[in-house]
Amino acid sequence: MTTETSPLARLLSAEPTIVTAGVELFETSLRDQGVAPVPVDWRPPAGAAADLARIAADPRTADANATALERITAAEPHWVGITTARDAVGIETGQFLHAGPPITWERASGPLRGALIGAMLYEGMADTPEQAIAIAERGELELAPCHSRAAVGPMAGVVSPSMPMFAVENGAFGNRAYCTLNEGLGKVLRYGAYGPEVIERLQWMQQVLAPAMDAAVGRLGSLDLRALIVQALQMGDELHNRNRAASALFVREVVPPLLEAGIDPSELADVVRFINGNEHFFLNLGMPAGKAAVDPARDLPGCTVVVAMARNGTDFGIQVSGTGDRWFTGPAQVPDGLFLGDYGPEDANPDIGDSTITETSGVGGFAMAAAPAIVRFVGGEVGDALTATRTMYDLALGEHPHYQIPILEFRGTPVGIDATRVVRTGIVPAVNTGIAGREAGVGQVGAGLVEPPMEAFVQAVAALAAS
Amino acid sequence: MADHLDVRRGVYHDSVSLLQVSRRVADVDGVDKALVAMATELNLDVLASMGFAVPDAGPNDLLVAIRTDDDAVLEAARAEVDAALAASQGTGSAGFGDAPPPRTVAAAVRAGDVDLALVSVPGEHAFVEAMDAVRAGVSVMVFSDNVPVEQEVALKTAAAEQGVLVMGPDAGTAIVSGVGLGFANVVRPGPVGIVAASGTGAQQLTCLLDDAGIGTSHVLGVGGRDLSAAVGGRSTQQAMAALDADPATEVVVVLSKPADPTVAAEVRRVAEHLDTPVVFALLGPDAPDLTAAAAEVATALGREAGEPAQWPAPTDRPGPYTELRGLFAGGTLRDEAMVIAAAALEAPVRSNIPLADDLALTDGLDTPGHVFVDLGEDEFTLGRPHPMIDQRLRLERLAAEAARPGGRVVLLDVVLGHGAHPDPAAELAPAIADAIASGEDLAVVVSLCGTVGDPQDRDRQAAALVEAGASVHLSNAAAARTAVQLAGGRA
Repeated sequence: MTTETSPLARLLSAEPTIVTAGVELFETSLRDQGVAPVPVDWRPPAGAAADLARIAADPRTADANATALERITAAEPHWVGITTARDAVGIETGQFLHAGPPITWERASGPLRGALIGAMLYEGMADTPEQAIAIAERGELELAPCHSRAAVGPMAGVVSPSMPMFAVENGAFGNRAYCTLNEGLGKVLRYGAYGPEVIERLQWMQQVLAPAMDAAVGRLGSLDLRALIVQALQMGDELHNRNRAASALFVREVVPPLLEAGIDPSELADVVRFINGNEHFFLNLGMPAGKAAVDPARDLPGCTVVVAMARNGTDFGIQVSGTGDRWFTGPAQVPDGLFLGDYGPEDANPDIGDSTITETSGVGGFAMAAAPAIVRFVGGEVGDALTATRTMYDLALGEHPHYQIPILEFRGTPVGIDATRVVRTGIVPAVNTGIAGREAGVGQVGAGLVEPPMEAFVQAVAALAAS
Repeated sequence: MADHLDVRRGVYHDSVSLLQVSRRVADVDGVDKALVAMATELNLDVLASMGFAVPDAGPNDLLVAIRTDDDAVLEAARAEVDAALAASQGTGSAGFGDAPPPRTVAAAVRAGDVDLALVSVPGEHAFVEAMDAVRAGVSVMVFSDNVPVEQEVALKTAAAEQGVLVMGPDAGTAIVSGVGLGFANVVRPGPVGIVAASGTGAQQLTCLLDDAGIGTSHVLGVGGRDLSAAVGGRSTQQAMAALDADPATEVVVVLSKPADPTVAAEVRRVAEHLDTPVVFALLGPDAPDLTAAAAEVATALGREAGEPAQWPAPTDRPGPYTELRGLFAGGTLRDEAMVIAAAALEAPVRSNIPLADDLALTDGLDTPGHVFVDLGEDEFTLGRPHPMIDQRLRLERLAAEAARPGGRVVLLDVVLGHGAHPDPAAELAPAIADAIASGEDLAVVVSLCGTVGDPQDRDRQAAALVEAGASVHLSNAAAARTAVQLAGGRA
């Protein structure tokens, strides 16, 4: 029996508000009756209808997705310390982590090879790039994705045992995620550069920057990254291609404890100048914050939520909660954007990096409306930034209760990418990214937007349907 | 080549804007290289790599570096820098317009305040969209056909848990609080709530009631399979309960196709426990026709149904004709007319959906003798719209019937209302007049399902059809009996 407040009683009590999907004639017929329908711009899906139907009928999916969304949005990521990669992610000499899905040296693109060469030089495994290449070609490198060790890495994302890493802990669930420290722009390891200045900078980061950061976080106890991201979104960052506000807020937090830590004044000045001069310094904290938030949503049977999107410069891969650690891949695309100096699209490497964890956790391209300053990366207008975020609501399970966008009346960012929605709508997640040079050693050549390959999502949906 | 380097102290533009400005300046004809950028360490390196001398400048200074041999080009390039920098300030008039339309029912219902989803996407995709609505606690009408029965069961099971209603799949007609969905007539509001497993059946019943001055509260379609053993009457029971609780509904009509006996018994048991009286109007060979059902509903309300509207042909045609040819657009109307004809005619009645296997068509639409075809079936609609929307097939068929030797009576249904052809008589009337004029001896009887409130105006449609020489009946059963009589059947 229905009651006065039941949806059926409401349906029969007054002129209904009607969503229409399909034949346009019926939409017109409603308008002719003076009823304004809510029309769906329906298109045939990019994948098999039978797979989508099987998932829609799966009794586990609705609850699993609700749980995933709840966990992701309940995350309380905090920066809690500095640790070495050896301790944090358990790698030894000769073992390296990299961005994206699994890959071999043979299939690795220029920037990833360059970063591996640099990491071997940095670790003292080789004295020259030639020696490093020889080691790699003999098959003596052990490679694994950052995502397989609770880590994320920007661009090439190469992590070697001696590198210091930010440790981020999700206060709500106790899980941790790790990321190296940001080296700045230009010729840097993560863009595949491995010249002497790159190695020297890495050594300085290990010997001076990391201890200083450790001292700062030790005095802070921990730093609430969610609170910082909330503020940065309201200051015009989207936390992937623009981290200017977040980096400035970070400096504001760490300078007082740095001053108290008794660090040598000239080293202290170098540290502050280094952080202050790099508007992407926060990216390497935002990324593990995203990783720490999304990881508790992994391995829920029947769950269609994307828990990783990552690129290794050759493949774009995704992982979905309901299918465990399996990667679904397609070719990484060359980003569309603006180029530095003389560089052009022909110099660009296909998409690379784990930084798409930002989009996976509800910021980055999904929060584009918060960062109208960067829409010009694709020659767009401010309205395009709003459209990008608004379109992503179609792919998302929900809206983030903390990450809000002022220009959308403080609406929460779209969060919880549903792989089935991607396939149903034919719309891939909006991804902002930096552009690495194709050749090893060149570094960054631009920044822009990139389209993930639909086939990765189609494969994931097929696997979910069979799970 | 000459290098020209300006440093504009304290002029700030963001790097993204400047990348665009650089590109515009580099594109000026005659410019070899150009860089417009803030003098950060990185950009000074880029400048050096382009072969320019590096000036003493810092991150708050704007670099404008242009390489060209031509003074006029330099002038043009500098003008371009200024224009591009000015343009990058923006006019504040960028489009902040509306959000893009939702691509899924899930996204559309998330906005809230949605009561119903009408899904008419191709059948293989309908389940996913309909499930979006049900999971969000929103009732759904699935117009789409070709939805597998196990998906129908899954959808209706989920709907029962959520306390919402699934109408369909293959639900052609609904009226919810006066709003017609799919194919529906404009009927007066009133006390009759209809649970319908047949769309055109519901249209006929509501039109007959409207003609008798009896209004309708709601028509809730449930789909033709709802009372099968597999589906178990899930939506019928849900709809009956909803209408029972609805204060506007004084009598509930369950308009059903032949049901699974166990399901039918369960539905009747549920009906007995409702506060609102329930009239069962069953379709099929052994059941009273819809016109009789309308009279029964009137009686249940303590009213008198009266004689349904009819418009006699201008010329009396006594018959008898040797063949009765039924060319229908509505499946239920054809079923009802065929049952009446089969009971009253001596010769066999053949059909594309025959009453018995040995009564199938022998030569398609040209099969001789008494024939009833449903032109809305897939075999005829491939590649063209349903005959309720597109009448071409029926027009062609009328001409073909007229060309056949011997006398015949043609029986047609014309369904009006929302979703139907905007003016069927405008096409049919000339075709009927032609057929009557050119045929050896031909009579036309029309079953006209519509109301005076319909956008096509029932009475105007009837007048045009009568003028063309047809006799017209609001009651499909009356139309069938008239045609049978003309074909020499028992009255």
